[in-house]
Amino acid sequence: MALFKRLADTARPAIAFTLDGRPASALLGDTLLTAVLTCGEHLRGSDFSAERRAGFCLMGACQDCWVWLEDGRRVRACSTLLEAGQAIRRDPGRTA
Amino acid sequence: MKPVVIVGAGPAGISAARTLLDHGIRACLVDEGLRGGGQIYRRQPEGFQRTARQLYGFEASKAEAVHRTLDELAPLIDYRPRTLVWNAEDQRLDLLRDDHADSLEYSRLIVATGATDRILPVPGWTLPGVYSLGAAQIALKYQGCAIGERVALCGSGPLLYLVAYQYAKAGATVVAVLDSAPFSAQCRALPALLGQPATLAKGMYYRAWLTAHGVPVHQGATLAQIDGEQRVSGIRWGTHTLACDAVAFAHALRSETQLADLLGCAFAWNPLNRAWLPTRDSAGRSNVEGVYLAGDGAGIMGADAAQMAGERAALALLEDAGIAIDQQRPAVLERQLARIQRFRQGLESAFPFPEHWAAQAPDRLMVCRCEEVSAGDIRAVVDEGHWEINRVKAHCRVGMGRCQGRMCGLAAAEIVAERSGRNVEDVGRLRGQAPIKPLPFGVQVQP
Repeated sequence: MALFKRLADTARPAIAFTLDGRPASALLGDTLLTAVLTCGEHLRGSDFSAERRAGFCLMGACQDCWVWLEDGRRVRACSTLLEAGQAIRRDPGRTA
Repeated sequence: MKPVVIVGAGPAGISAARTLLDHGIRACLVDEGLRGGGQIYRRQPEGFQRTARQLYGFEASKAEAVHRTLDELAPLIDYRPRTLVWNAEDQRLDLLRDDHADSLEYSRLIVATGATDRILPVPGWTLPGVYSLGAAQIALKYQGCAIGERVALCGSGPLLYLVAYQYAKAGATVVAVLDSAPFSAQCRALPALLGQPATLAKGMYYRAWLTAHGVPVHQGATLAQIDGEQRVSGIRWGTHTLACDAVAFAHALRSETQLADLLGCAFAWNPLNRAWLPTRDSAGRSNVEGVYLAGDGAGIMGADAAQMAGERAALALLEDAGIAIDQQRPAVLERQLARIQRFRQGLESAFPFPEHWAAQAPDRLMVCRCEEVSAGDIRAVVDEGHWEINRVKAHCRVGMGRCQGRMCGLAAAEIVAERSGRNVEDVGRLRGQAPIKPLPFGVQVQP
């Protein structure tokens, strides 16, 4: 199930990516956050209880939307635009 | 020669850059955003088709003017988008762009770092589907998305009604608007609000539009709890419950002051903002020579004021650098800013800070979402005799996480104040630390 609902500008070209190894699709101009939350329900697990998080501020302040990319980079999903073929991996988080 | 640097390409920073260029100074404009405009006039990425009218409503022409100015300036100045300033010291900034670190020396500096939502957490606020009001607006404006199928919008402040209006107008289902401010407060504030009749009229229009379109607005309604297991399933307030799958909330805005702090600017308690703010004169000069402050990052006054303050600060900088300016202009700007300041006082009484929040916050409430510190954890530290906010942070890690207290710092101070029987201004100010945002491992530092 998705968290976000697309309301406008839905005619943009589709681009493929993978989420935790599974094929997924989003639209050109999506941030990683939008790409993930229009097909999934969370972005990461929290650092002390592995609680599911899906971002909060969307403006690069709360730091609760970090995801991993295949090339080893860890990026803020809210402020990074999706590129075709990217492999996004969600950190399951840790329990204290 | 070291350049004049402006941090932040929102209304204040863009207006400052324009003013400087008009006087022959090509500033370096550093901005973390992709395409500038700041948050309120944030631009959608390339490839989106919506018009400025659809995106910014009544503010469309202002937004377009700001964007046009930036587009004109960009090739003429040193504009650096997607660049984070993560440290600031005397005459030097540390930057990060695409995992590359760099440093930038400056002769004079205008700090226009903007604001984020002011958050007073409620139980359940870390669930997927819960966002700040600003975030809900960005999802729509920047990405064409609603944060869910059935959205509840809560808290207080002008943004509450604006986001509700924008969501409903874009076709989202807004199941409820919960305004913690009672209607009586807004009536009492009317005389002060009449000083900016156009802004007041817009607010009243949003409100009336919501009612006319069947969006339920509850006043004097304080969000008490967000329910859900893996994601939001509903909200509670008073004796009410309501099913929904997304919630956005905030109580107005808070200034981003970390850079001013690292630069050594003096701070003073500002009762109107209920926050510690870097001090400045009416022109925007900080107490640190060559450092100027403009826009919401120095105190919340909104986009129109930010634009004026950016110009005013640039004029002050020019004067201090011995460059001739129009001698009439500063007084005009300062008069306009004073008028907006009076309106801002009216807004504060229309949407008063919920002073009872800390006393009502349950012990189990997770205040710090980074370090997962609860209200009870904070109170336990206070009960051991600590009441200074940095000391409390050292003991329980509240505000020590990745966001550096941006989301939880004000709430933590309210809890410490309430528990220790002090005024919130007497528990101190969370100090900024470099890097002000997390740096990735393996950052390449250029020699």
